[in-house]
Formats: sequence, structure tokens, C-alpha cells
Amino acid sequence: MKTTILAALGFATALSMPASAEEIKVGLLLPYSGVYAALSNDIEAGFELALEEYGAETEATFALLREDTEVKPPVALAKAKKLILQDKVDVMAGIVSSGVLGAVRDLVHGAGVPLIVANAGNDEATGAQCSPFITRMSFSNGQVNRPMGPWMVEQGITKVFTLAPDYAAGRQMIDSFTETFTAAGGEIVGQEFTPFQKTQDFGPFLAKAKASGAQAVYVFYAGGEAISFVKQYDSFGLKADLPLYGSGFLTSSLYVNAEGPAAEGVITALHYVPTIDNPENAAFVTAFEAKTGRIPSEYAVQGFDAARALIEATKTGATDRESLANALRQVHFEGPRGTLSIDPATNNIVQPIYVYETIAGEGGLTQKVLAELPATADPLNGCTMAPVSN
Amino acid sequence: MPLDPGFWALQALNALQLSMLLFLLSIGLTVIFGLMHFVNLAHGSLYALGAYVAAALATVGGYWTGFFLAPVAVAGMGILLYSGLIRRMRKSGPMAQVLVTFGLIFALLDLTRIIWGDIALAIEVPSLLAGRVSLFGIDYPVYRLFIIALGFAIFAALALVLKRTQIGAMIRAGVDNDAMAACLGINVERLFFIVFCVGCALAGLAGAVAAPLLSVTPDMGLQILIPTLIVIVIGGLGSLQGAIAGSLIFGFVQTFGAVLAPQLASVLIYALLAAVLVIRPMGLFPAKG
Repeated sequence: MKTTILAALGFATALSMPASAEEIKVGLLLPYSGVYAALSNDIEAGFELALEEYGAETEATFALLREDTEVKPPVALAKAKKLILQDKVDVMAGIVSSGVLGAVRDLVHGAGVPLIVANAGNDEATGAQCSPFITRMSFSNGQVNRPMGPWMVEQGITKVFTLAPDYAAGRQMIDSFTETFTAAGGEIVGQEFTPFQKTQDFGPFLAKAKASGAQAVYVFYAGGEAISFVKQYDSFGLKADLPLYGSGFLTSSLYVNAEGPAAEGVITALHYVPTIDNPENAAFVTAFEAKTGRIPSEYAVQGFDAARALIEATKTGATDRESLANALRQVHFEGPRGTLSIDPATNNIVQPIYVYETIAGEGGLTQKVLAELPATADPLNGCTMAPVSN
Repeated sequence: MPLDPGFWALQALNALQLSMLLFLLSIGLTVIFGLMHFVNLAHGSLYALGAYVAAALATVGGYWTGFFLAPVAVAGMGILLYSGLIRRMRKSGPMAQVLVTFGLIFALLDLTRIIWGDIALAIEVPSLLAGRVSLFGIDYPVYRLFIIALGFAIFAALALVLKRTQIGAMIRAGVDNDAMAACLGINVERLFFIVFCVGCALAGLAGAVAAPLLSVTPDMGLQILIPTLIVIVIGGLGSLQGAIAGSLIFGFVQTFGAVLAPQLASVLIYALLAAVLVIRPMGLFPAKG
């Protein structure tokens, strides 16, 4: 009995005392199991790497609490509740799927806990559903594809057939491309949305694309579907007459080697490729390879920059939930992706987009950057929120 | 809508190719069910295992090593499953069997993740089958033609074995009435073991064949399970004709659905499944009348 009281007393004092050296509790919400486990591993490795490399720049120290969302919105919601209410974290980071982000959005917003999104790209999260507590350090679906419309028209491509899986991200990626492509004078000669994760054989759709009279095909696929798609596209011999363009996840460095020679010559746009030529990226690639033995993917850099943003925020003296959320909205720094900043009107990242071609390199496939398209802030998309307070 | 004959020939070949892949999977599942009334939901996982084994062996000894050894390896896994689990489950009723094999799906899924990691694997089409050939005025990938030919070859071989050999007659007798077959001196249990192993090997073969065409991911077994079950429900349980007819119907409805009515493509096959269940609850070609 006595020890219980003593323990309780000790616990109470620990709670009331200001955390010494400003230890910041960070809840990492990632799907360590399920289809996105490989993405989680890269995000986590990037996050840890940034804490190791830049942690000394701030006086704060960080304690990581990891929770597995299993890519299931109800599970993620329960884990987020646990982190917020029981572990009393100061800030959360992670979230791979947009469905999970949608599920935890109201909880995070209501509880006033800052959340640094390290992947989920649905446009609403920094649009109609935006929150001063949700800052996105990854990308938005529209952002990655929008610059490709005018760029392709500049390359002389005016007739395009589009393909994407039939779910929210697929539609947002293609819709944003379609919008800028047609505005720049291009024409969409055909458009198909394939049943998401139910399409094993893309043959029927490829035959339609071939018969459509398009000059090129623009697609969004990711993960296993991307591998199947790129290989089947090549096996039908379409690449020669009908070049393949798309959102850069199609040939992500995470799995492009599984696509093999079929991926050569595919031109896509993304916010990060490991071959971006700047000193920050060179240092990042070297450090990431030393830590994991892998080339960093866009997911790794998203984790890396999420932790960098947190460190930058704490450098302003922010330590609690409210001040961290406010500081995160004003973060800007030079990273492997180039100059990054947060647009305080939507809390989405502003970053350059890289057009790259997948080419054969020395140790497998590599990325040749064809163009760096300038960073532009996303449109508001219905986002209204309080301006940052100073 | 393009209407030149080449386009439709191309789509017909696509449909055939998908059908044959599904046939390789569904034939094992349907005969196992028809013979022993055993529902093996883990059949899709064996297909995924076949793909992984083929991918792993392909990096060591080339595509054909994987092609020939993956079915053997998966049949080996089948023997393990049979002696460890399935033999004990024979008398425990369909509900327990469904639950155990459903659990096996997740166990095998995580096993492949632990061994081969989360990142998708892929293997290249062997050089012998790379490229395309001109056929009816269209260019078609050789590898896809190989899948079609392989499917028909397996179908012919199985039809021959089932119709013309003694073991085929014993299997047919077992499917028709296992108690009577046992009374006539047929060792139905051993027959089941052989059929189970052959079914597993065919699932492994399907995995090895699908690997260069699709990506090899841990959840590929789950993705193929529903189409396979649809095939055997439409075709009718336990029969070779049912498996081939169900596969062809699924392949053609799926492919031409995607071409003619893309918005309805994913619904069409389920609508057909519902229609078959209402009109012919036993399927089109059930083994038992």
C-alpha cells in the first residue's frame, strides 16, 4: 500500500514537473503490417535518420512511441486515441493511407495535437478538411501531377489516354493532370479507371489505349499494380509507339528494379528521386545507404523531412502541442528535395516537382532528371483556417 | 469504340489468357472439394507461395528452374499441410475447415513477408518466350500465348487421366459417392492425398506462370482467391468441365466487361455469379447430377 502511494506521489510530481531538457514525445503512426509495410520501413528509417543527424541542432530531445495502424482506419483511430489520451504525446507523425488520415482527422483537430503527415496525399486533407494542427510534409495528389500537363504539351504531346486505379487517389491524380493538360491545349482522347486492387490483367485496357489514337499514355499506379502495369505495357510492345508517362510513383525507386527493363524510358513526375543533384541530397543518400543499405525512396525523404520539420519547429522554442502546431506551419528549410516550405494557408508543403526518366544505370535502373518544375502552392480547395499566430 | 477485328482478337486472347491462369488454380481447388468436401481457402496462398519460390529460384537458376521446381516445392508444402492439419480436420465439418484454412491464409501471408520481405518481387520472362508474334494480323506477347497453350495442355492431360485411366475412374467414383467407392476397395483417403498434392502442385505452377506477368506480392494469394471461388461456383463443384467452363466465362466476362462497360466491369461477374446461384445452384457442370 505504502509503495503504491509513494509510486503515485512520484508519478504525480513527475507529471507536474516541467519536463527537463524539453523531452518531446512523438507518436509515430505507421502501418508496420499490411500492404504498406515497406513504405513504413522507409518513412521510419528516414525519420530516425533526421533525428540522428539534426537532433543536436535543437535543445529538445525526442522520445519515439510507435503504433501500428495496420492500414485500417478504425485501428488507426484507436491507436491515435491511445497516443493522445494515454501517452499524452506532444506531436504525432506518419500516416501512409489517405483513408487512415481521414479517420483520425477529427480526433487530431479536436484534441489540438499537431500531426505531421509523412505520406497520405489526398487533396482534401489540406483542402476542405484542412486543420491548423495537420501539416503535410509529403505531397498532395494534385501537386505531383499538375505540373505535368503543361510540360507534356511543351514536349509536343497533345493527345493522351489516361489510366489509373478506381479510388480517390487515382481519380485525384488523373483529374489534376487532366485539368492542367486540357487548359494548356491538350486533349484527353480516352480515360479508364481500373478496379482498384482487383485488376490482375491490364491487357484489355492496354488494347483500348492502343486503339485510341493517343500520342502517349499518362497513368498513376503504385506498388504491386505499378509493377504489373509497367511490365504488361512493355510486353505488348506499346512503349515504342505510345510512350508511357505518369505520376512518379509508377517507377518509384522503392520497386523499380522489380519492373526491370520494362521501366526503361518511362517518364514520370515526382517530388523526389534519389538522383536529384544538390549537396543536401548527396549527403542524405549517403547517410541513408549507410544506415539501411538501401537507396532512399520518396517515402524515406518524406519521413526524413517530417522529422526535420519537427526539429526546425522546436528550434523556435516550441515545446507544447499548441506552439508546435503553430511553429510547424511556418517551417522552411533546404532539404534533399530542394527548398521546402509550408504554405500557411493550407498547411501543405510547397516543393519543386521533378520530371524524370527511368534509365539503365550501372547497378540496375536509375533516374535521370529531365526537368525541375517550379514549386507552387496548392490552390485552397475550400480550406479556411486561422492564420498563424506569432 | 474501335471495331476493327484485330482489336477484338486481341481482347479474346487476353480473355483466354486470364481464363487459363484461373483454370490452373480452380481445377485443384474444385477436385479437392468435389472428392473430399474439403474447403481449402488457403489454395490462393499456395499460389502466392509458388510465385515466391519461382521468383527466388529464378534469380539463382533462371526462369525454368523456378517453373519446374515451384510446383514440386508447393506440393511439398501441401504434404506438410495434409499430414499436419488437413488429415485431422477431415471429420470436423465444413465450418471448422473453413476457419482453419482461412487462418492458414494469414499465417502463410506473414510467412512470405518474413522470408521475402514487403517489397514486391518480379521475374523476367525467359528469353525463349520474350517478345511478340504476329497472329491474325495482331502482335501478341509470346508469353501470354504460352500461358494459353499451357492451360489447354493441362486441361487435355487431366481430361485424359480422368476419363481414360484407372486412377481417373477411381477419382470419378470417389467424387460421385465416396462411401460406395470405399466399399469397393478404393483407398479414398490415399486418393484424396494424391489429388490434394496434384492440386497444390497446379496452384504452385499457376504462381510460377503468373510471376513474370504480374508482380509477386504477399497479398497476391488473397487477390486471386475470390475469382477462383467464383469460377468453381459458376462451373460447378468437383468437375473438370466445370472448372474450364467457369474459367472461360470469368475470363471473357471480365475482359469484355472491361472493354464494353468499364463502369460495370467489377459488378458484372458478381451479377453473373448471383444469376447462376439462382438458376442453377449446383453450377453449370456439377460433378454430381
